[in-house]
Amino acid sequence: MNQQVWDILVDSFMKILIPGFTMTIPLTVISFALALIIAVITAMIQYADIPVLKQIARFYIWIIRGTPVLVQLYVVFFGLPSIGIMIDAFPSAVMVFALNEGAYCAETMRSALESVPAGQMEAGLCSGLSWFQTMWHIILPQAFRTAFPPLSNSLIGLVKETSLASNITVTEMFMVTQRIAGRTYKAFWLYLEVALIYLIFSTVLTWLQRRGEDRLNSYGVRR
Amino acid sequence: MAMLEIRGIRKKFDTLDVLNGVDLSVERGDVVAILGPSGSGKTTLLRCINYLETADEGEMIFDNESYDLANASAQKMMELRKKTGFVFQNYNLFFNKTALQNVTIGLTVGRKIPKEEAEETGRKMLEKVGMGDRCDYYPSQLSGGQQQRVAIARALASNPEIIYFDEPTSALDPELIGEVLAVMRQLAKEGRTMIVVTHEMSFARDVSNKVIFMENGVIVEQGSSAEFFEHPKKERTREFLRMEDNRTGE
Repeated sequence: MNQQVWDILVDSFMKILIPGFTMTIPLTVISFALALIIAVITAMIQYADIPVLKQIARFYIWIIRGTPVLVQLYVVFFGLPSIGIMIDAFPSAVMVFALNEGAYCAETMRSALESVPAGQMEAGLCSGLSWFQTMWHIILPQAFRTAFPPLSNSLIGLVKETSLASNITVTEMFMVTQRIAGRTYKAFWLYLEVALIYLIFSTVLTWLQRRGEDRLNSYGVRR
Repeated sequence: MAMLEIRGIRKKFDTLDVLNGVDLSVERGDVVAILGPSGSGKTTLLRCINYLETADEGEMIFDNESYDLANASAQKMMELRKKTGFVFQNYNLFFNKTALQNVTIGLTVGRKIPKEEAEETGRKMLEKVGMGDRCDYYPSQLSGGQQQRVAIARALASNPEIIYFDEPTSALDPELIGEVLAVMRQLAKEGRTMIVVTHEMSFARDVSNKVIFMENGVIVEQGSSAEFFEHPKKERTREFLRMEDNRTGE
């Protein structure tokens, strides 16, 4: 690595990092928040065993898990316009990532809900709570605790997965890196640089996950 | 008129008849012990009359209100459960709530009682079961006997018309059974209406005023507890009592 490469890397660092904060992080956070809402609703529908809705939930999970994210991105951004539905790049990416993560997290949430002993629901009902009140105050908090590590996993996965949005013209970190690499011909070092930035993001999230787990453990060992 | 009147409960699990037409009548202040070998349907009976299981047939009159045990709206179920308390064999305390929160959540969330008032009631109830100094403990930090006493406080908190106990001491180590029975004995003395599914013969004999002996989903014999233990009418009852005496070495 010579001085010229070093200068390019220093110069490009902020150019890559800024879209990290303005694109990659918002894309991740918004998509994941929506994914969690989708996941909880989808998991609750299955847990409550509601006919029809349950079949729809299973169908949704089947479709999403059975097809590549990249293909889903292409269908929404390049495919839908041909049937008259135009969605901008960023909302397209949010939609695909939310639906995609939602399906995976729904399975995480479902298994976490099912891991809460049935007696907790019965005790809630017998204490005069409704099904939803018991769900909200008793079952979901316990399920979230179980689901927290795998959900964190999904979040960390999503940060990296957002690089795929470059394929549908979202100018996030990876696309910016590609452009600089194309201009400077220093592909090797620049891609290593962006890899390092993803690594930093993931490391921060891993650290937050550990902090979160410590906090969630505050009510002692379960059972 | 009886406070609780149950008529013709039937319940099948797949092809197995668990309840085969049970009638039962409970007066205010009664402490009814339900005895019987395992698989006799005792627990299922208790669960059916609080809608934890849906019976195939059967009706109930409780507090001058009629309930179809085979078919009821969520609304109706909740209305009934707000007038009853239920104590489970394995306590089922809410793991994510402290002892005090376990007792108050049915009041604050379920019945919209202000927090301060609910906490006052909660502390009083925990005091009553001897757990006043454990308000802020989580279930995982309590012994089985302590958890069950908190569960009793939880069932008491809403001042229910009746409390159902489903084998409340069966999951406990022998040395912890006494503290739970003592609380239940106290409740009986205060005139609480209770139905207790139990294997504790001493409780049935000394505390309850009515005993019901079930087998194969039907009531074999029922009567006042004195009559039941002193002069059992049915041969099957006598055999059961002999076996229980041998088991407990009385």
